[in-house]
Amino acid sequence: MNLIEIENVVKTYHLGGSDVPVLKGVSMAVQQGEMVALMGASGSGKTTLMNILGCLDRPTSGRYMLDGQEVSRMNPNQRAEVRNAKIGFVFQNFNLLPRTSAIENVLLPSTYADGSIPSAKLRRHGRQLLERVGLADRADHEPSQLSGGQQQRVAIARALVNSPRLLLADEPTGNLDSRTSEDVLAMFQNLNQQEGLAILLVTHDANVASHAQRVIHIHDGMIAAGAFESASPAASAPADAASRKEGR
Amino acid sequence: MHKLASTSITALRALQRNLMRSALTTLGIVIGIAAVIAMVQIGEGSSAAIKATFESMGANTLIVFPGQAVSAGVSFGGGSAVTLTSQDAAAVARDCPSVLAAAPQVNGRMQLVRGGHNWVPQFIAGTSPAYFTIRDWTIAEGRALTNGDILGANQVCVLGQTVVKELFPSGQAVGKTILVQNVPLRVVGTLVPKGANMMGMDQDDILVLPWTTLKFRISGTALQNQNQSQTSSSTAAVSTDQLFPETSQSLYPTPSTSEQTDTPQPVSFPNVNSILVAVPSTQQIPQAIEEITALLRQRHHLQPGQPSDFNIRNLAEISQALSSTSSLMTNLLTGVALISLMVGGVGIMNIMLVSVTERTREIGLRMAVGAKPRDILGQFILEAIVLCLFGGAMGIVIGQGLSKLVQAIFHWPIAVSIPAVVASVAVSAAVGLIFGYYPAWKASRLDPIEALRYE
Repeated sequence: MNLIEIENVVKTYHLGGSDVPVLKGVSMAVQQGEMVALMGASGSGKTTLMNILGCLDRPTSGRYMLDGQEVSRMNPNQRAEVRNAKIGFVFQNFNLLPRTSAIENVLLPSTYADGSIPSAKLRRHGRQLLERVGLADRADHEPSQLSGGQQQRVAIARALVNSPRLLLADEPTGNLDSRTSEDVLAMFQNLNQQEGLAILLVTHDANVASHAQRVIHIHDGMIAAGAFESASPAASAPADAASRKEGR
Repeated sequence: MHKLASTSITALRALQRNLMRSALTTLGIVIGIAAVIAMVQIGEGSSAAIKATFESMGANTLIVFPGQAVSAGVSFGGGSAVTLTSQDAAAVARDCPSVLAAAPQVNGRMQLVRGGHNWVPQFIAGTSPAYFTIRDWTIAEGRALTNGDILGANQVCVLGQTVVKELFPSGQAVGKTILVQNVPLRVVGTLVPKGANMMGMDQDDILVLPWTTLKFRISGTALQNQNQSQTSSSTAAVSTDQLFPETSQSLYPTPSTSEQTDTPQPVSFPNVNSILVAVPSTQQIPQAIEEITALLRQRHHLQPGQPSDFNIRNLAEISQALSSTSSLMTNLLTGVALISLMVGGVGIMNIMLVSVTERTREIGLRMAVGAKPRDILGQFILEAIVLCLFGGAMGIVIGQGLSKLVQAIFHWPIAVSIPAVVASVAVSAAVGLIFGYYPAWKASRLDPIEALRYE
C-alpha cells in the first residue's frame, strides 16, 4: 500500500506579476516502510516538493494522498494536525529550542497533540526515545551543551515522539562531519528496517542518497527518475545493502 | 482545559528560557504599576488630609435649632421656641447610631472684665465637654471642661486666643479669674488658634464655659441664688437629669395660696439655644438627620402630620467643597494612572514584537511540528499576560515601598488603597491582553516555511 501518492502536482508562484512554475506536474509514490531519497540540484523544485510532501504548503493543482487521506485541499489547521500526527521532521540545522533541555525538546510535538496523555507517561516515552538515539544520559542537557551529532539525534527523537507514519529529513547531514553523518544515516536505516518507518531523505549528496532503497531524481520541476517502486521494499532490501557496500 | 494548561506551560517555559529579557520587559509594567500605586496611595492620603481639614471646619457637623415661636399669628423667627433641652442632646448622643457626639449650646453676649481690661467676645458658648470633640478644637494650655464642671455648674471657663490677647496682654491666662456680669470665672484652659470661619468671623473670639454655669449662675443670677437654698442636696447629684429634673418633678411646684398671690415664681426650664452634633463622615449626614428627627419628634410627643418644633442645619457649603475636591483628586489620579499604564503597555508591545521577530525560527518549528495558528496566538498572549501580571505584582510591592518611603521622608499622609491594588492587577492583565494581542496575531500569521528558513 502506498503511504504517499501524488498525482500531477503543479506548484506555481506568483512573483512580481508573472507566474513562475516550480513543479510542472509531478507524480510519484512512496510505499509504507520504504526509505527513499529525493535528489536534485538547487532550483530543481526539490524544496518545494518537500514542503508539499510535509504538508507545510499546498499544491496549486494536483492530488496528494497521505496515508489514505486527501491532504492537498486541507486548510492550515487540518494540515497542522496531519503534520503533528503523521509526519516527523528532521532539519539540516536541527532547529532545537535554545536554553531548553533535550527531553523538553523531544516532547515539543506532543504539546500540540490532542490526546491528553499524562505528562509522567509522556516523559517516560521521551526518555525511552532519547535512550534509543543513545542520549539517555543527556536528557537534561541544553542544545548548547551538545555536539552537532547529538543535537541531530535529539531532533530525531523529537521527530519520533508522536509515532509518525513518515519521517521527513531535509539535508539531515548537511551540517555534520562525515563520521557523524554515517551515525545519523545508520540510525535512519535502523529505524526503517526495525520499525518499518517510511523515511524520505531530501539531499543533493549522492553518498547520502545511496543509503536509501530508492532515489527519486527531480530536475527542473519534473521527476527525472525513480518516481515509482516496482518491487516490494522487503525484496529490494538485500540488493540495496549490496549496492551500499559498493558505494563505500 | 487541557489545551489551556499545556499552552500556559509552554508560555511559562518560553518566558523562563529568556529570563533576562522577560525581566526587562516587565520593567515597564513594574514602573507603571508602582507609579500608579504610589500616586493613588499618596493621593488618597492627601485627600484624607484635606478631608480632615474640611471636617475640622465643620463639614461633618449638624446644628439643631428650636423651631419658631408664634404668638397670635406673629412669628418670632427660627430658634425662638423653647423646645430643646440638654436631655435632648444627651439622648441624641446616646440613641442615634450615626451620631458621634452631641453637645448642648447656650449662647450669650456679655462683657468680660479682668482688672483694667474689658471685652465683649463674639461668641460665648455654654456647653459640655463634647463641644471640643465636635468642633475638633484642641486645648493649647491647661485643661478642657469636664463633666464634673457641668454637674457642679462650676465657675470655670476656657478662652479663645483673641480673648486671651484682649484680657491678658501679658500672656498668662490659665489660673486667673475673670468676671462675667459680676460672676467670677476661673480660666482653666486656652484653645489653639482657629482663625476666621467662612463668614469671616473670628472663631478665636470665644469664651467656653459649662452651660449650667452660663444658664443658672450668670444669665439667671437672681433665680440661682434662691434655688441654692432650696436644693442643698444637689451637690451630691450625679447627672443633669437629677439636677434639672424634667419629668420627675413638676416644673411648677404647687405654691401655697399666699405665695401664689404674692410672687409668681419664674422657673429654670433647662432649655438650650441649640444642639451641636458630630457625624463620623459626610456620607452619614442624611442618615443622622433622619435619626435625630425621629428621636426628637418622639421626645417632644409630636403626632404624625404635626410640624417639627426644631430645625436641623448642616454646613452644606463646606460639604460640597469637600466632595468636589475629593472627586477632583480622584479624576486627576485616574488620569495619571492611565497614562502610566499606557506607557507600560506600549513597552510590553514593543518587546513582544521584538520577541516575535527574534523567535521566528521557533515559531516556524512549532508550526512544523503541529502548532495551529491559534496555539501560537494563545502562547504569545499568555506570555504577555503573565509578564504583565508578574510586573503588576512587583509593581504593587515596589509601589507600597515607594509610598512608605515618601511617608518617611516628606511625612505625607499615606492610605493603603485596596481598590488600587485590585484595579492594578486587573488592569495589568488587561494591558497584557490588549498590547499582547497584536504581536501574538503577527506571530500566528507567520508562514511556517518562511519562518523555518528565517536567519
